[in-house]
Amino acid sequence: MTGMSMTRENIINLVLALLLLVAPVAASQMGQPFTVTLATRIAVLALAATGLNIALGLGGLVSFGHAVFFGIGGYAAGILASHVFSGEPMMFGFEGSNQMPVIWIFAVIACGLAGLVIGAISLRTSGVYFIMITLAFAQMIYYFAISWPAYGGEDGLSILVRNQFPGINTMLPLSFFLLCYGVLIACIGLFALLRSSRFGAALQAARQNEVRVASVGISPYGIRLAAFVISAMMTGLAGALYADLNKFVSPSMLSWHMSGELIVLIILGGTGRLFGPVAGAMLYVIFEFALGGITERWQLFLGLILLGVVLFARGGLIGLLAGKARHG
Amino acid sequence: MADRPVLEITDLVKTFGALRATDGVTLDLRPGEIHALIGPNGAGKSTLIHQICGTEKQDSGTIRFAGQDIGRLGVAERARLGLGRTFQVSSLAPEFSSLRNVMLAVQAKAGSSFRFFKPVMRDRGLIDQAMAILERVGLAGRANIPAAELSHGERRQLEIAIALALGSKAFLLDEPMAGMGPEGSKRLTGFLHILRHEAPILLVEHDMDAVFALADRISVLVYGRIIATGTVEEIRRDPAVRTAYLGDHA
Repeated sequence: MTGMSMTRENIINLVLALLLLVAPVAASQMGQPFTVTLATRIAVLALAATGLNIALGLGGLVSFGHAVFFGIGGYAAGILASHVFSGEPMMFGFEGSNQMPVIWIFAVIACGLAGLVIGAISLRTSGVYFIMITLAFAQMIYYFAISWPAYGGEDGLSILVRNQFPGINTMLPLSFFLLCYGVLIACIGLFALLRSSRFGAALQAARQNEVRVASVGISPYGIRLAAFVISAMMTGLAGALYADLNKFVSPSMLSWHMSGELIVLIILGGTGRLFGPVAGAMLYVIFEFALGGITERWQLFLGLILLGVVLFARGGLIGLLAGKARHG
Repeated sequence: MADRPVLEITDLVKTFGALRATDGVTLDLRPGEIHALIGPNGAGKSTLIHQICGTEKQDSGTIRFAGQDIGRLGVAERARLGLGRTFQVSSLAPEFSSLRNVMLAVQAKAGSSFRFFKPVMRDRGLIDQAMAILERVGLAGRANIPAAELSHGERRQLEIAIALALGSKAFLLDEPMAGMGPEGSKRLTGFLHILRHEAPILLVEHDMDAVFALADRISVLVYGRIIATGTVEEIRRDPAVRTAYLGDHA
């Protein structure tokens, strides 16, 4: 059953969730804010990958353009905040905002609309064409951001003071981490609900056998488009948090490297698994930190590990620890 | 007009290059009957099935189903109108259990695939309906086995369970006996008797014993053309059919 029964996977998920919570709290007590920042980076990347996991893991839609949504979320935070700072109003006299809830709503709506347009066109193709067309959209928007001088162009846009959240001092690393962690857990909960719902059943069935789904009378296109839009919105929310984490947003958030990184996180952790993105983001950030301290070419080792996962542990870290995925 | 055909195919033509795979086929399926479509390999049976289901579009001719022209509709739309289908090679969601495969059909019939939050495995109504259907086809004991791990015969049964769950107005069965042993064929013949009480069946089949045992009418397709349509006896006696297809079987 998919309930809260204590399967091995549930225990592993709980351990990962606690680990990600306890480590930065302890580090903060010991006066190591950098570890807190690393944990925040893990939480935000895991959130972005959880968004992608809806399309890729549940729907089998290999989007190679999810950086678009990550970047749009980031620019939503950067642009809205910059107008508050400069005092220049935006369109329709709107003054911008440095309040995270407002920024998140903008980020999620903008990404939903972008996801609707990109998804509606891209989902008319499948397989390698789908990968290429999502990449093409991402590149278009990447080059648009580079050549658009109003918000920093190639140099990016700084967020001088981290945006605020009511009742929380976001300038404190641990407080900001806890906020990101809370959003992550809420979105993982949403992922779990979607996966077990009728919608999730249709989406996963369409990944396994498109013809079967169509011949019971469910149009795979509509189901996939809805999944793509929800996926885009969640990744966009992560983008807004990522911009606030770095207090900076630049076209690199929109680049195809970023899209690839999100796919890598999911594969490392376990495609379609509830905590796959968390496990993947942990591995990725820890490699980046540990190996990056030793050599600039740490990505070579990451590549080898990825190769190992793809060849010998198709279920990623979660698959290795918890065994094959089970469907109720 | 109580006996108006459920499915009416008129002058259907489909060509692939120089090959006329469907060459002016006219065929109907009446309420309550099993209409068997037989023909040698390469006669165009599968091509015809694909056009009826919507996976291929005809070049010309019409397909009417349940009083509506469905010739331009997609696969999912035709299924929603009540065209149930089983496949020559079993087509199921392999990772899902038997139960979840049938549950998908039940939710599809209810038109409720855009419900995002209620977990299906706690949805008693959905589970009970699906279990009842699995019981009818004798698969209740295998409810929690992934479709990929079912035997060939069980997968056939599961496909029939899905067709039942859809409450279809007509069934298109594409070689349901293919790959079944004699024992399995006999059991499946029993299921088809159950199914015919639900809705008429267009049965594409190689197994002549099954066809002669089940069919009310038989149409014989050769090189994309229907060369004869009639009762079992008429088809057995038809000289053109004997030379073209049955050989010494009859």
